[in-house]
Amino acid sequence: MMIEYQNIFTRVQVHGNPDLGVPLPGKTMFSRGTKTRLSYLAGKLGDAQIGPFYLGFLGLASIMTGLAAFVMIGLNYWAQVNWSPMQFVKQLFWLSVDPPAPEYGLSFPPLAEGGWFLIIGTFLSASVLLWWARMYIRARALGMGTHVPWAFAAALWLFFVLGFIRPLIMGSWSEAVPYGIFSHLDWTAAFSIRYGNLFYNPFHMLSIAFLYGSALLFAMHGATILAVSRYGGDREIEQIVDRGTASERAALFWRWTMGFNATMESIHRWAWWFAVLCPLTGGIGILLTGTVVDNWYLWGVKHGIAPMYPDYYDPAMLSDPAPTGGN
Amino acid sequence: MKYAFPIFIAVVFVVIFPLLNYMESIPIDSTQVGFRGTGMVQVDNPRTEAKLEEANQAPESIGSVEPGGDPAGQVYENVQVLADLSEDEFNHFMLSVTEWVSPEEGCAYCHNEENLASDEVYTKIIARRMIQMTQAINTEWGDHVNGAGVNCYTCHRGNHVPENIWVEDDRPQAGGFSASRNGQNLASDINGKTSLPYDALSKLATSDDAIIRVAADAALPTTAGGSSIQDTEATYSLMINMSEGLGVNCNYCHNSRAFRDWEQSSPARVKAWHGIEMVQNVNEEYLIPLASALPDNRLGPRGDAPKAQCSTCHQGIPKPMYGADMLSDHPTALKP
Repeated sequence: MMIEYQNIFTRVQVHGNPDLGVPLPGKTMFSRGTKTRLSYLAGKLGDAQIGPFYLGFLGLASIMTGLAAFVMIGLNYWAQVNWSPMQFVKQLFWLSVDPPAPEYGLSFPPLAEGGWFLIIGTFLSASVLLWWARMYIRARALGMGTHVPWAFAAALWLFFVLGFIRPLIMGSWSEAVPYGIFSHLDWTAAFSIRYGNLFYNPFHMLSIAFLYGSALLFAMHGATILAVSRYGGDREIEQIVDRGTASERAALFWRWTMGFNATMESIHRWAWWFAVLCPLTGGIGILLTGTVVDNWYLWGVKHGIAPMYPDYYDPAMLSDPAPTGGN
Repeated sequence: MKYAFPIFIAVVFVVIFPLLNYMESIPIDSTQVGFRGTGMVQVDNPRTEAKLEEANQAPESIGSVEPGGDPAGQVYENVQVLADLSEDEFNHFMLSVTEWVSPEEGCAYCHNEENLASDEVYTKIIARRMIQMTQAINTEWGDHVNGAGVNCYTCHRGNHVPENIWVEDDRPQAGGFSASRNGQNLASDINGKTSLPYDALSKLATSDDAIIRVAADAALPTTAGGSSIQDTEATYSLMINMSEGLGVNCNYCHNSRAFRDWEQSSPARVKAWHGIEMVQNVNEEYLIPLASALPDNRLGPRGDAPKAQCSTCHQGIPKPMYGADMLSDHPTALKP
């Protein structure tokens, strides 16, 4: 048989005894599960083995609080279409549980007018924090570093800035993001309009740079490793300390094409930091909006990053028609 | 399992194919409307434009008449608004109104044919008020309608009730202590099928407290505070409604990098500002009070009268009927 690289959509799957993982020193809070099974479809995309799955107290608590939030959102959606199953399906992407109106400030409003939003937010926050703790403890239990939980924490930073920290500083829960598919997208657009165009927010710029940069790095790294996997390039971790021809070819390729190469270790630090800095800088940008900058375009004009273009129409025709700043 | 992947691909196609119906076919035209390289471009689909052009033709002019005969107020009984017109002008105008609003039923749609002076048919009361409204638009709102002017056909297009009117939304929700929809979060043609407020047009129903300007006027926050996200969403929804009603992009009026800045806007924004003021006035003065005169089947589900929005006249194009002259046939009746 020809050598075939095991990859997404591979035609060859090796089904053997389940891998239950490495022996661990000491005791974990609960014994790890031993139930596994093999999935052909999962094997198409990655490892065919499903499990063993460790739930534990934190996992269970996270799923319970998350489920509570999910059900409360769903039931409120359903009530919003007067319990019509058809309308629930039709309007699903439009329905939303909205934050309280501005007049309620940071107080707890009636359930119908934002109370549910705050309750759901509490459960959702508990859920993601418990999940974070679970990730951290599982990583420690395996003797791993805590890079994954800290990367997840970067996403949580943005989540909590949007839904908790910034509304708190602004003194109003009404500034939070609604729980809905389209409504949170509309919120995003309205947020930019209200605060004078987020594209002029330097931290928004950084966040976009790290977002696109992450995609670029991911593509470069994935392509490089696939390209040298014929020389064993997929054994990346070993090659950090024991550089082989795959690593040397990959490095030379990038030095040839752009004069510089990342190393087998540093490329993963590059990727980690790019991914983590995307929500970190984004969160800073959101946090500054409305709190220290009210109109990013005008801020940009003030600081010389928004050039003026020549008049296209006669300026005399373009004065504000409202006598006292009306509509 | 052998067929899992082909089945997956087939399902993806079956799901995606119907979505193609919602997309526009290429090529699309673009027209530069601002300084080069700033994205100030109007995007039009020539096939849609051709259909709109067909649907938005002004009726053939029937010519004007010389004033002739005694004043209509003396010739006919119960002429309250058009009494100063000559008899010939009056009849000429009635003929056009019939053509514009009730081409099939003719005079009988508004008049008791046994006694044309009678006000017993409710539509006559409405028609009288609508003639006053038309006159008011032509005389008082020149900043918006100057040049073309409006007549009944601008909105009615041969229908008893103009097609693009709006009433308050009354789709049911469970209420009680369940989370309110807040007048948004349902698909509606009014808000361009976003989840933005579908009751944003209530800003057009009143000239009081209608907060439309939402972006901050200064770089840094002031102690006065500013608009809420909720107000911003309502304005955004209203603007989408205008954009769809006129068949234009945001930057027909605005430079989208700074929506609030008049100096970077186009002159069309000034015209549109007067348009908003005009529609608010028309709704408040003329259309909303008609609720008491209209039968139930003409009212919205909440009992409110049908109201005007931009698309009531514009019907998908920037200038109703491409700016055709609507006044010359009946100058005295429409713009006294």
